[in-house]
Amino acid sequence: MSVLVYTENWDGKFKKLSFELVSYASEVAKMINTSVTALSIGKIEDSELIKLGRYGAGKIISVENELLKILDSQAYSSVISEIAKKENSSVIIISNNNTGKAVAPRLSVKLRAGVGSGVSRLPLNTNPFTVYKKTYSGNAFAHVVIKSEIKILTLAQNSFELIETVDNSTIEKMTVNVDSSLARTKVQNVLKQTDKILLTDADIVVSGGRGMKSPDNWAPLTELANVLGGATACSRPVSDEGWRPHEEHTGQTGKIIAPNLYIAVGISGATQHLAGISGSKYIVAINNDKEAPIFEAAQYGIVGDAMKILPKLINAVKELKK
Amino acid sequence: MKILVCISNVPDTTTKIKFNESNTSVDTTGIQWVINPWDELSLTRALELKDDPSSGIKSVTVAHVGTASSEPTIRKALAIGADDAIRINSESSDAYYTSAQLAEVIKKEHFDIILCGIESSDYNGSLVGGMISEFLGIPSVSAVSGIKIENGQAVLVREIDGGKEVTSVPAPFVAIVQKGIAKEPRIAAMRGIMMARTKPLKVIEPVEVDSLTEITVFEKPAPRSACKFIDPENPGQLIDLLQNEAKII
Ligand SMILES: Cc1cc2nc3c(=O)[nH]c(=O)nc-3n(C[C@H](O)[C@H](O)[C@H](O)COP(=O)(O)OP(=O)(O)OC[C@H]3O[C@@H](n4cnc5c(N)ncnc54)[C@H](O)[C@@H]3O)c2cc1C
Ligand SMILES: Nc1ncnc2c1ncn2[C@@H]1O[C@H](COP(=O)(O)O)[C@@H](O)[C@H]1O
Repeated sequence: MSVLVYTENWDGKFKKLSFELVSYASEVAKMINTSVTALSIGKIEDSELIKLGRYGAGKIISVENELLKILDSQAYSSVISEIAKKENSSVIIISNNNTGKAVAPRLSVKLRAGVGSGVSRLPLNTNPFTVYKKTYSGNAFAHVVIKSEIKILTLAQNSFELIETVDNSTIEKMTVNVDSSLARTKVQNVLKQTDKILLTDADIVVSGGRGMKSPDNWAPLTELANVLGGATACSRPVSDEGWRPHEEHTGQTGKIIAPNLYIAVGISGATQHLAGISGSKYIVAINNDKEAPIFEAAQYGIVGDAMKILPKLINAVKELKK
Repeated sequence: MKILVCISNVPDTTTKIKFNESNTSVDTTGIQWVINPWDELSLTRALELKDDPSSGIKSVTVAHVGTASSEPTIRKALAIGADDAIRINSESSDAYYTSAQLAEVIKKEHFDIILCGIESSDYNGSLVGGMISEFLGIPSVSAVSGIKIENGQAVLVREIDGGKEVTSVPAPFVAIVQKGIAKEPRIAAMRGIMMARTKPLKVIEPVEVDSLTEITVFEKPAPRSACKFIDPENPGQLIDLLQNEAKII
């Protein structure tokens, strides 16, 4: 038996997300008295792979294959399912990010394994195997019993702390055969934007709504994000108006994020907006209407004009960083 | 070419969710049901493609796994412009069950492009699209934010960490769509509403499949602690609290 965790890498580097997954997998493994096998796909150095050991991966399997250079959900899920069979895995853990969403459902059908998707806590029970998951876009949570022998969990991003442990890991390189008839995704063109902190990775996010009044007012908001080392986001009307790029739109129909700190400036706090940010550890609201629903979701609030408050916040952060 | 749009029937997103007394199911009294927002956008994009004769799209069908109570939502999809509809007459007990039912239908009636949303706003599973593709053994592309037809071949834009990729896969395939696929959902015009009444809505009985998961209990989200208000004349105090009380900066 084992817990298998798929640890994605980005150009040969792991991110905090990968370590979060391994930490989570280790805790699940403890609950069912077994060990963790981490799987990495793609070219990566041993010095990077070994980092997974710190978070409790006993065995680290590294797989490389030309046909896996492009994310093809069919090819990836067949490789992960082969390894899961070899490792006799009873629980498989994947991130609930774009890659996980592409791969987990296919893996589920291949292994006839029920999926608890977007889990944000450790399983509530191992017999029956019960997980805790968000439903109704955050307006309810459900206890979901997974009845199949093999279980797949996709972990919500930023929902689990890193836990370091004694490193007893070994690295194993494995070759896999990938049937080229399974890797049918062709990439014609890549449009990357890698210069800034990714919104879904950011620990701190400063976000603006219609209360910012005009795209010309964004400089202090961007500056506050910069001095805090965070990313910028916005509400849907703001991106619909073209005030900010679409990549920044958070909410039910935009990105779902869970930073440590979310500062909502001039955002009313509609349920559809909250659906994308309610996983944040701390929410700060700045709004001139003290009745705005965003204050019900926030732990800290300032009632006032954003244009007057933002410069003072920037100064306070600069003072602190001196 | 034929497009199938899988639609899920969900409570309007502003609904206050309540449960029955034992917290084992959602209390549906007073709920306004709508087409899942992503599916509405998929349908819109499918119809836009069909409107362009050079795309070669001949028909747009919608499919839904659900009981007769969801027929108003299916009729709405027909009113918006779908040519016909299929309802698999069963509660959708979990993603595996639902996908197996949809895959059965697709096996019998050929479709070239199958569109699913990235997630349903009720179950938040992000599962059905990928599962259908695996049941059928066909390619799937996830996080699709754009679809075009060029020389009879679908070209898909998908979101990846830190950017986008322009991709293609051979048909038939499942595209799992998200933000960007269409701008605004198309709304039903009077003529569409009239026509929807007579458009074909086929009801099919489900095949036997065991579900793999089951919701046993619902809970309300934990209430957040009351908001602490900071003097607007002295916002610097916020930074102090974030550093010393919350310890996050
Ligand atoms: C199906 C569906 C899906 C949706 N999905 C999303 C989604 O994913 N994300 C999303 O954000 N929305 C979404 N929406 C829209 C959502 O319902 C709200 O309309 C939207 O979030 C409101 O954006 P806002 O808070 O920026 O603007 P508003 O609601 O207009 O709020 C502006 C706020 O700014 C405050 N304000 C004004 N002036 C100042 C000032 N000088 N200083 C400080 N504060 C000021 C006001 O008091 C007000 O509270 C969706 C809607 C639907 C129907
Ligand atoms: N009962 C259903 N009938 C038809 N399609 C569905 C159903 N449930 C989910 N879907 C499709 O699957 C997508 C993702 O749903 P989910 O996996 O529940 O998040 C939805 O956007 C729909 O396209």
